Amino acid sequence: MTVDEPTTSEDLLPVVMGPKTGDTRAKGILINVALYAICMLGAVALASLLVILTTDASPFDVIHALYLGSLSEPAAIGRTVEQATPILIVATGLVVTSRAGVFSIGPEGQFLIGVVFTGMVIFKLGLPPVPAIVLGLIAGAVGGGLWAGIAAVLRYWRGVDVIISTLLLNFVAIEVLSFFLNKTWLLQEKVNKQVLPPQSPSLNESFRLPRITIGGFTTTSGIILALVLVALMAFLGMRTRWGFRSRMLGLNPNSAQAAGVSKVLVGGGSLVISGLFAGLAGGVWFTGVNPRVVLGSGGTMPGEGLLTALISRRNPIVIVPVALFFGALRAGGLRLAATGVPSNIVQIVQALVVLAALLPPAILHVAERRKAVKIAQRAAAAEIASQEKVEVAA
Amino acid sequence: MDSITSILAGTMRLTGPLAFSASGEYVAERGGTLNISLEGMMLSGAFFGIWASDIFNSSVAGLIGGMLAGLVVAIIHANMSHRLQANTFVVGLTLNILALGLTSYLLRVIEPRGVQADNIDIPLLHQIPLIGESLFSNRWPIYLLLIVAPLSWYMVNRTRWGLELRACGEDPGAADVTGIDVNKRRRQGLYWAGITTGLGGAYLSVAEVGLFNQNMTAGRGFLVNAAVIFGGWRLVPIIAGCFLFGGADALRLQLPALGYDIQPQLLIVAPFLLAILAMCFFAKRNVQPAGLAKPFERGVA
Repeated sequence: MTVDEPTTSEDLLPVVMGPKTGDTRAKGILINVALYAICMLGAVALASLLVILTTDASPFDVIHALYLGSLSEPAAIGRTVEQATPILIVATGLVVTSRAGVFSIGPEGQFLIGVVFTGMVIFKLGLPPVPAIVLGLIAGAVGGGLWAGIAAVLRYWRGVDVIISTLLLNFVAIEVLSFFLNKTWLLQEKVNKQVLPPQSPSLNESFRLPRITIGGFTTTSGIILALVLVALMAFLGMRTRWGFRSRMLGLNPNSAQAAGVSKVLVGGGSLVISGLFAGLAGGVWFTGVNPRVVLGSGGTMPGEGLLTALISRRNPIVIVPVALFFGALRAGGLRLAATGVPSNIVQIVQALVVLAALLPPAILHVAERRKAVKIAQRAAAAEIASQEKVEVAA
Repeated sequence: MDSITSILAGTMRLTGPLAFSASGEYVAERGGTLNISLEGMMLSGAFFGIWASDIFNSSVAGLIGGMLAGLVVAIIHANMSHRLQANTFVVGLTLNILALGLTSYLLRVIEPRGVQADNIDIPLLHQIPLIGESLFSNRWPIYLLLIVAPLSWYMVNRTRWGLELRACGEDPGAADVTGIDVNKRRRQGLYWAGITTGLGGAYLSVAEVGLFNQNMTAGRGFLVNAAVIFGGWRLVPIIAGCFLFGGADALRLQLPALGYDIQPQLLIVAPFLLAILAMCFFAKRNVQPAGLAKPFERGVA
C-alpha cells in the first residue's frame, strides 16, 4: 500500500490540527491576529462611512471626541474606569455561568433588581452611611441572585429553557423598577408633598461609595471591588474543586453527571452566582456611578457586561480590557455632542465591534472543518482504491 | 358600549405588528432557530419603512422598505449563525443593539416624514356594533395579515419545503442524513421571519402611527418570542396569543381613560408572565421542536 494519506482518525488528527511545532503555531497566531485586525478595521470603516454619509463631521472628529472623553486627561480616564466598573462586575459573574455551560441573557433584569434592593436598603432602613452602603450592596447582590434563582428553579424544576426565562424576566424586572419608582412609599422622590416624575431621590453624598482621587484622576472605589472579584473568580475557577466541576459540566454535561457533578447545584448555582454579580453591579452603579435612578436606568450597561463576557470567550482575564473598552466608549460618547454627530454612533460602534469579534473564530472554525472533511474524503477514496487493488490481485 | 368598542379596536391595532412577526417567527422556530433578533428586525422595519415611504412618497413603498430592512437583518443573522456557526444569541443581541443604535442615529440626522397608509371602512360591515370597528375599519395593511398568516401555515404544513424545515427543527441529524441542507433551510426560515417582522414594524410605523419614534417597538419583538411559546409552536394559538397580548396593551392604554385604577405595570408584564407560565406547562410536554436553538454542524453528532 503506497498511500501516504493517513487513514485512521488518530492519524488524521495531526494533519487536521497541524503538528504542534513552533512554526505552525506562530503562523496560526499570525493568521488570527490578521483576521481580527481586518474585521475590526472593517467595523471602524463601516461606522466611518456612516458618519461621512450622514453628517458634516469627519470620522476623525468622532474619534478625537471619543479620545477626549475617555483617555485624554486623568479625569477622563477616571470616567472610563468608572463606566467600566459595573460592566466588569456583570461580566465576571457571567464567565462563571458560561464556564458551566449555562447561557443566561438575564443580567439586565438582575441588575435592575439589584438597584431596587440597594435603593430600598439605603433609603428606607435609615442606617448610618457605612453599614448602609455595605448592607445595600449585599442586598443588591441578594436581589440579583434571587432574580436569577427564579430562572434556575424554572430550569431544574420545570425544564424551562434558561435563555427564554431570563429574557422574559428582564421585562418583568423593568416593570418592577417602574412600579417602585411610581410609588412614593417605595422609591419615588417626593419634595414638599409635591410628587415628581418617576425617579428616585438623589443619593446623599455620604451614602455613596468613596472615591479614589490621585491628582486629577478620580474614580469610584467600586473598581477595586470589581478587580478583586475578577481575581477571586479567576482563582476559584482555575484552582478549586468547584471550578473544575463547573468546567467539566460545561465541556460535557453527560460525563460530568456520570462523574457525580450535580447539574442542579453546579449549573443552577452558577446561574445564581451570575445573578449575585449582576445585582451587585446594579448596587455599585447606583452608589458609585449614578446616584439617581430614573426609568430606563442603566440602559444597555448590563447588556454590555453580557457582550464583554461573550467576546472574552470565558477568559476571566480578557474581560478587563474588553470592559475598559466598553467603558471608554461610554465615557467618550459624552463628548460627542460637540461634533454634531448623534451619540448613538457609540451603540453602533459597539455592535459592529462585537460582530467583528465574532467573525475570526467562526471563520477559522469553518475553514478547519472544511479542511478536515476534505482530508477525510481523500483518505476514504484512497482506502477504497487500495481495497480494489487487493481484490484485483486476488 | 363605546368603551368596549374602542378597547377592541385598540386590540386590533396593537396586535397587528405582533401577528405579522409571529407568523414568520413560527416558521423560523419550526426550523429550529430561536430568533431573538426580532426586536431589531421590527425596529429596522419600522424606521426604514417610514424612510422609504418618505423617499417614494407612498405607503406601499414604505411597507416594502420595511420588509427589506427586516430581511437584511435576517440575512446577517442567518449567515453568521447558520453558516459561520457564531452563537445565535450573541448575534441576535448584538443585532438588536445595532438596530436600536442605527435607527436612533438615523432618526436624528435624517428626520424622515412618513406617508401614512389610508384607513378603509368596509361598507356596511364596519357598522356592526362592538366588533365592526375593530374588524372592518382599519388601516388597510392589516388585511395583509390574511395573506401572511395562512401563507406561513401553508408553507410549513403543506409543502415539501415545510416538511424539510420541520425535520430540521425536530432532528437536524436525521434531516441531514436524508440529504437536506439543514443550515440552508434554517436560513430560509429566518429570512421569512425577517420579511414578516419587517412588515410588522412597517405596519406599526407606516400604517398605525404615521411616524417613527426612537425605540418605538419597545420590546414588542420579545413579546413575539413569548407569543410563540404561549401558542405552543402552533400558528392558530400563537396568533390567539398575539391578540391576548395586544388586548392587554390596549387595556393598559384605555383603562385609565375610563376611570379604572389598575397598576399599569401589571398589564405590561402580563404577557411576559403568561409566557413564563406557559413555559412551565409546555417544557415537560415536549411541545417545542426538539432541535430548537441547537446549532447544527455536519459531521458532529
